[in-house]
Amino acid sequence: MWYYEKKLQYPVRVSACNPRIAKYLMEQYGGADGELAAALRYLNQRYTIPDRVMGLLNDIGTEEFAHLEMIATMVYKLTKDATPDQLKEAGLGPHYVNHGKSLYFENAAGESFTVAHIQSKGDPIADLYEDIAAEEKARSTYQWIINVSDDPMLNDALGFLREREVVHSQRFREAVDLIKEEQGKKKVF
Amino acid sequence: MPTYRKWYYPYSSPFDPCPPLTRVPYETPVQLYLGFQPPGMKQFSPLQALSHGTLWPGLYTPYTDPYNPKKKEA
Repeated sequence: MWYYEKKLQYPVRVSACNPRIAKYLMEQYGGADGELAAALRYLNQRYTIPDRVMGLLNDIGTEEFAHLEMIATMVYKLTKDATPDQLKEAGLGPHYVNHGKSLYFENAAGESFTVAHIQSKGDPIADLYEDIAAEEKARSTYQWIINVSDDPMLNDALGFLREREVVHSQRFREAVDLIKEEQGKKKVF
Repeated sequence: MPTYRKWYYPYSSPFDPCPPLTRVPYETPVQLYLGFQPPGMKQFSPLQALSHGTLWPGLYTPYTDPYNPKKKEA
């Protein structure tokens, strides 16, 4: 089970009214390499991973939901006061027609989230390598969003989220090291 | 000490329609080099750690927009 703490993992501040950035941020909300995909992937894979690294998937999967919540906050702040015309201008016209101002799990191009985006192979190495790749893909998505965003306050929070991808990738790499270790063998240095 | 950004120089033809970028950046952050994290690495203070996104200065690799170096570090 989970305990909910009613605050964001890192404060989300947005300095400019620019709904177009909200459209870009949707990639991390409902995209193939987004936070939702990450959370579902790890929390699902954790059952069939060696118990030495099960807790890692549990913890990182949980944290991904905290990231999802930050992205949701950004998108909401950027769209809540926009007029339908401004949303249209920002390329969010089709979104508005289908979903109003509510958030929806879709990517920056408006394609709905599907679990076919994620895999669970039941092979620990295959799964952990997918997880490392997922973190690197999310890291680069953050970089590309930072490159197209000129909102310094938003970019500050995006920089935080990108750094978390770096740390998660590091931990998954260590998880591979842990489970490939020759157990019970004498190590000779 | 590894570098965390590298560049490659793709071929550009005299017949290309757009002016060439000449060099293309790519990121190679710290997790590619660290290996299994050794014990006893230096730590940020809790407050610094919260704002950096990591407890470990050795894992902190911030990103800047390579196309717009004047933009603040993210």
